Amino acid sequence: MSEANLPFIGAILLTVVGGAAVLTWFERRLLGIWQDRYGPNRLGPFGILQVAADMLKLLTKHDWIPPFADRFVFVIAPTAIVISMLMAFAVVPFGPDHYLIDMNVGLLFFLAMSSLAVYSVMLGGLASNNKYALLGGLRAAAQMVSYEVFMGLSLMGVVMLSGSFSLVDIVEAQQDGWYFIPQFLGLYVFIIAGIAESHRLPFDLPEAEHELTAGFHTEYGGMKFTMFMLGEYCGLILLSCMITTLFFGGWLGPFFPPLVWFALKTFGFVCFFILLRAAIPRPRYDQLMALGWTVMLPITLINLVATGAIALWMNQA
Amino acid sequence: MTVDETQNLRPDKNHGIPDSTFVASHVQKTPDSVKTYWVARDELLPLLKELKPIYPMLFDLFGIDERHREKATGQPHADFTVVYHLLSFEKSAEIRIKISIVEPETVPSIVSIWPAANWYEREAWDMFGIVFEGHPNLRRILLPPLWEGHALRKEHPARATEMEPFSMSEELLDAEQEALLFRPEEWGMTQENEDSEFMFLNLGPNHPSVHGVFRIALQLDGEEIVDAVPDIGYHHRGAEKMGERQSWHSYIPYTDRIDYLGGVMNNLPYVMAVETLANITVPDRAKVIRIMLSELFRISSHLVFYGTFAQDVGQMSPVFYMFADRERLFGIVEAITGGRMHPAWFRIGGVAQDLPEGWDTMVREFIDSMPARLDHYEKMAMQNSILKRRTIGIGEYNTSEALEWGVTGPSLRATGLDWDLRKKRPYGGYDQFDFEVPTAHRGDCYDRAVVRIEEIRQSLRIIRQCVDNMPAGPYKSEHKLTTPPPKDRTLQDIETLIHHFLNVSWGPVVPAGEASVMVEATKGLNGYHLVSDGGTTSYRTRIRTPSFPHLQMIPLISRGLMIPDLIAIVASIDFVMADVDR
Repeated sequence: MSEANLPFIGAILLTVVGGAAVLTWFERRLLGIWQDRYGPNRLGPFGILQVAADMLKLLTKHDWIPPFADRFVFVIAPTAIVISMLMAFAVVPFGPDHYLIDMNVGLLFFLAMSSLAVYSVMLGGLASNNKYALLGGLRAAAQMVSYEVFMGLSLMGVVMLSGSFSLVDIVEAQQDGWYFIPQFLGLYVFIIAGIAESHRLPFDLPEAEHELTAGFHTEYGGMKFTMFMLGEYCGLILLSCMITTLFFGGWLGPFFPPLVWFALKTFGFVCFFILLRAAIPRPRYDQLMALGWTVMLPITLINLVATGAIALWMNQA
Repeated sequence: MTVDETQNLRPDKNHGIPDSTFVASHVQKTPDSVKTYWVARDELLPLLKELKPIYPMLFDLFGIDERHREKATGQPHADFTVVYHLLSFEKSAEIRIKISIVEPETVPSIVSIWPAANWYEREAWDMFGIVFEGHPNLRRILLPPLWEGHALRKEHPARATEMEPFSMSEELLDAEQEALLFRPEEWGMTQENEDSEFMFLNLGPNHPSVHGVFRIALQLDGEEIVDAVPDIGYHHRGAEKMGERQSWHSYIPYTDRIDYLGGVMNNLPYVMAVETLANITVPDRAKVIRIMLSELFRISSHLVFYGTFAQDVGQMSPVFYMFADRERLFGIVEAITGGRMHPAWFRIGGVAQDLPEGWDTMVREFIDSMPARLDHYEKMAMQNSILKRRTIGIGEYNTSEALEWGVTGPSLRATGLDWDLRKKRPYGGYDQFDFEVPTAHRGDCYDRAVVRIEEIRQSLRIIRQCVDNMPAGPYKSEHKLTTPPPKDRTLQDIETLIHHFLNVSWGPVVPAGEASVMVEATKGLNGYHLVSDGGTTSYRTRIRTPSFPHLQMIPLISRGLMIPDLIAIVASIDFVMADVDR
């Protein structure tokens, strides 16, 4: 077990925040390739300096707070998502010796942190005192609170199989086989709930630019808007890390060092989520809720019961 | 008017007005051979009621300021005329009913007969100050609420240079803003019902999904739409007024900008109307070139529709593929016309130039490659189950509702009515082509898209026939009023030189009369009604656009749905605001 030391914390922060920043560019390039166009390709090699240019622009923008907004909440809201997302990285095991802390309730900590992120979107929407933002905030509240339920439940199969809430233990329990095979139902629900939680297209209903102009962050600009985006991209990376950890054996894999395996797998899922965004239209808000309660919930429960039964039978045998 | 000009409408079996005892005070002969009757003010409502079963659609309603007419022979004296242009679908026939007003007379409103008349009457009031008695909400529709005067009256200046320099003072700005505030009470809406207080949301005029500057004031219960009030006019540029200042020839580029996705398709009804007035016959080659270009632009417009339709239900990628196709199509248009979106390429009597060398290879390459790409888009967008769930059963209307509200084009055919002007009353040479009229049956958002996508394939078919059978011959008529007139003999005799000089400098003098021509444009029926007073400019240019009535229908089909559904409806209507506001 590695010591929770400052350089390591710094390295994680730098990787995650830097990764999120590069992701803003990478996503646009990738979408460009899939959509028969270039994307940002002018600044620096392959356009990668676009990230710096965007940062410069966003950070030096006039930091405006609408006079009709609830000032305090308006300012606090965007920080909540960044803080909670970054906190969650504390429990992610990047390699057998590369993790900040191995909590025996690591999984619950992750779920708790991702729940906290909901407040950011909700409060941002409510504090803006703008009708579009309000509708976005309301959608966020309903959507994210519902999908929280399936997200948590979908992971319980993994917990049953590994017998632990510790993420390190979960990875180590996958030595004989990654959980995406026995837990394919859980994986399916977790991916969908995860997108709903990170409110990315196709489930970006709180934002839904075609309907609500920009939804909850309609009134946000500059630095505070950057925080929302940073939070969203950190959320995307976190989600990919968690899928890797819980279902695809984390750092496990032949030939390459564990860290490389972890990074490769995570990168694959990030690309997958970007591809989803390019491919799928957005369901209506009530359709999304109906999908949750009439499809996701039964699937989760069936998965839970079946996993439980099999685990019991295996133990007896 | 003399007694023998008075005719009883009944004996005229062609119109088949049953048991009519109405007497048209006057029958007007027009070059476009649309039967035109003048009726007395108090006979209007009963007559229109009786006509409605035969002519179910109010195609157009507009005013004409007659006070400066010099050659209005053979019609009753009037300060203003109100024209009711009706359309029959079974017989594919038209009829025009006119009433004359001498100020300060009013006109009875026909909103009780055709709900679609609501916006048209508001427009006529806005533009001419004609008062429609019994109209539920006669207020400005295209001009800003605080505008002074009525813009299409002859005494209203047509250019800013004829007015005082404009300045927007602080007070005026506040007053204009105040006047634009949405007051639910003015539209008969309540602030709350027994269980909830409503939220009123201004969707637009700047909103990512309203395709231009279009505002819908929504009365919301949660996210459910209780009622909606579309507010238009933000894109109004006075295109009809400009028609009274531009020569017959120099107005052509203005028409391009009406339905700005339709390109030269907009030129077509205008030049055909002028040709009807001037009695010009267009040579075959010009006809086929016109059809080919028009169909290319139909594809271009439908591709934009297709992409934005998918985009508005949240699918990000298709629009990029369709714009790439449209770009290739513009490459062809550019090679042929030199322009891209607004080539202004049709001329009175033909087209501007002959086709360039190698045009057929370019067009063939495009039409050969498109079907496979359309199949790909079909899989990507139309067969996507989320897109289907978002659009099937949303924003439905049936055929009779569509006729009632003046819906034409693909949006009408989506309800199952197999009516395409190109088939039913072929114009400009469409009778020579072999194509089908796609229809659907539910009349919802999805079907409106299905019909348009199938129309792309049919247009490809028409274009292929154009390429295969392009006739040889001149690309412009030999008629003396074509613009620019033939020049080859100008240096041989002085008469031709003088004639050429006058026709180029002043523009052609088109004989007095009036004509309306409609075409099956990209978005529905687009018609130009031109009144010539025997001058070098049009006396009155009326542009009937399909998008105008389509938007009026939005509240009817969006009540009880949610905001995302409204966006799907708006996307499926396929309008551009320039086409609505003109």
